[in-house]
Amino acid sequence: MQGPTWSDGLAGLLTGLGLPDMLALGIAYGIGAFILVNFGMVSALLLIWITRKAISRMQDRLGPNRLGPYGLFQTVADAAKLISKEIITPSQSDFLAYNAAPILSVFGVLILLAVVPFAPGLIGVDLNIGVLFVVALGSIGIMAALMAGWGSNNKYALLAGFRVVAQLLSYEIPMVLSILTVVLLTGTMSFQGITEFQSLTIGGFNLGIGWLGIVMPAAMLIFFISSLAEAELTPFDLLEAESELIAGFHIEYSGMKFAMFFLAQFVNAWVLSALMAILFLGGWQGPGVGLPGIGPILGIGYFFIKAYAIYVLQQWVRGTFPRVRIDQMMYFAWKVLVPATVGLIVVQAIVQKLPFQSPVIYALIFLANIGTIWIVVTALQKYIKSEGLRTKRSFEPASLIGTMQKADTYAMY
Amino acid sequence: MPPLPPLPSIGQLVFAGIALFTCASALGVVLARNLFHGALALVATLFGVAALYVMLEAEFLAVSQVLVYVGAIATLITFAIMLTRSMMYGKTSPLNRQWGKTGLFAVMIFLALYGFVGSIPWADSAAPVIADESMIARLGEQFVTNYVIAFEVLGLLLLVALVGAVMLARDND
Repeated sequence: MQGPTWSDGLAGLLTGLGLPDMLALGIAYGIGAFILVNFGMVSALLLIWITRKAISRMQDRLGPNRLGPYGLFQTVADAAKLISKEIITPSQSDFLAYNAAPILSVFGVLILLAVVPFAPGLIGVDLNIGVLFVVALGSIGIMAALMAGWGSNNKYALLAGFRVVAQLLSYEIPMVLSILTVVLLTGTMSFQGITEFQSLTIGGFNLGIGWLGIVMPAAMLIFFISSLAEAELTPFDLLEAESELIAGFHIEYSGMKFAMFFLAQFVNAWVLSALMAILFLGGWQGPGVGLPGIGPILGIGYFFIKAYAIYVLQQWVRGTFPRVRIDQMMYFAWKVLVPATVGLIVVQAIVQKLPFQSPVIYALIFLANIGTIWIVVTALQKYIKSEGLRTKRSFEPASLIGTMQKADTYAMY
Repeated sequence: MPPLPPLPSIGQLVFAGIALFTCASALGVVLARNLFHGALALVATLFGVAALYVMLEAEFLAVSQVLVYVGAIATLITFAIMLTRSMMYGKTSPLNRQWGKTGLFAVMIFLALYGFVGSIPWADSAAPVIADESMIARLGEQFVTNYVIAFEVLGLLLLVALVGAVMLARDND
């Protein structure tokens, strides 16, 4: 890749102090890992604050405003409270599964930060299979939920664990397929490579706005919807349903162990928004990132602005959308998103093999994306109409008089 | 100040650590009294093997291993165990009546593998290994050219399994 990376620079500095190469590299990576992990943990405090403030605004409340400027330190106080709480272990819980689950769930999210490119040359490790790495390690969170549900020795927790797995596995498929459209176009699975692909150089100056989200809006939309489901946010937050249920698979956890599940959830939401920023909105690309010296600093700025903007968008959706039913959620994943994405991939693969100039190919891909959105919206409109009719008929028996139709004529399956 | 000698043993120490972890979890799979613990130990073993692949600079293989075995197969096994109530809470014995014969066969297979590995003339480990993007591209190309029949047959097998699962799960009305 272009330019020196942070690990080379730091290791070079340490080697200059007289350390052997391998030790210097080890220390450099150690420092990098320490910073990344703590960045993830500390940013969770900020993320929780953003969530509270954003949702408060939408619900016409003020949100936290007592502790620190704009209530910034409220989360710190909450964390202190959670740490000082008694940790209750349910009787006959499984020691290994019960205690390992919170750790694994945080671990599975923080490890994803290793492949997130923050700026040119600033990436934990530029794996050439970065995309696959993210997809594969998503399974750790699933295992953690299963372990928590089973280890708690509580049948509701176990049921919730099953539901988590069903939801996460279902929405992983459209998400992976929408990432595949990006990989197909860029021809690389490295996040740094995907980001570099999205530059737009005109007259030797890198404008950095060749974002893939412009070319493929449908894939971006599908990724965003699936990321909402993967992060267990509204409208797919029926695993928790804070306003109705007590909790999901972490019902038997208390104190800091409970907080770790929440921390994992918030950081996961942010990592998914960061991935969307990288895949579809150019990551650290922006006007002027090609400049020497100031470029990387601008890159960090662009990246964080994009990632946090998408995070706020997620919270916006969370604050305004109603929740879907579980059958609607499964229906939407398997019968709407998956076929739409598969169709998109097939069309894109064919288009990319056509003997045209690349602008024409981009235009064709854009048309295919718009077409996909149109088809999905039309199909959904039809479904929503029939669903409205069905709900009306099943709740108002009088509406059946005279029609003599069975109430479930418009059943989904 | 003369440069210190390089420390090649760090890599070997890490390798030994991972190998020990993998072996211990593999023992856990067969010796666990509780089947769910066995399944968790299986996940740990698969992660250990993936870590060994990373040590050998085969990242693609490692990530595929985690994706397929941990993400799909281990989750499926866990599900199957969880939905079987007697297995979920009961303590089962890791041994049954045939443990003697099975152990004998296990030792024989180990000896055979040991002799097999020892007799193979391995390629020079100093030779450079191509493990970058072009390797993955070539792998994909091989799948759709030389090994296309095997690839398609495997896909068909998965489809048949899928249809069979749907048939079994379907209501009979």
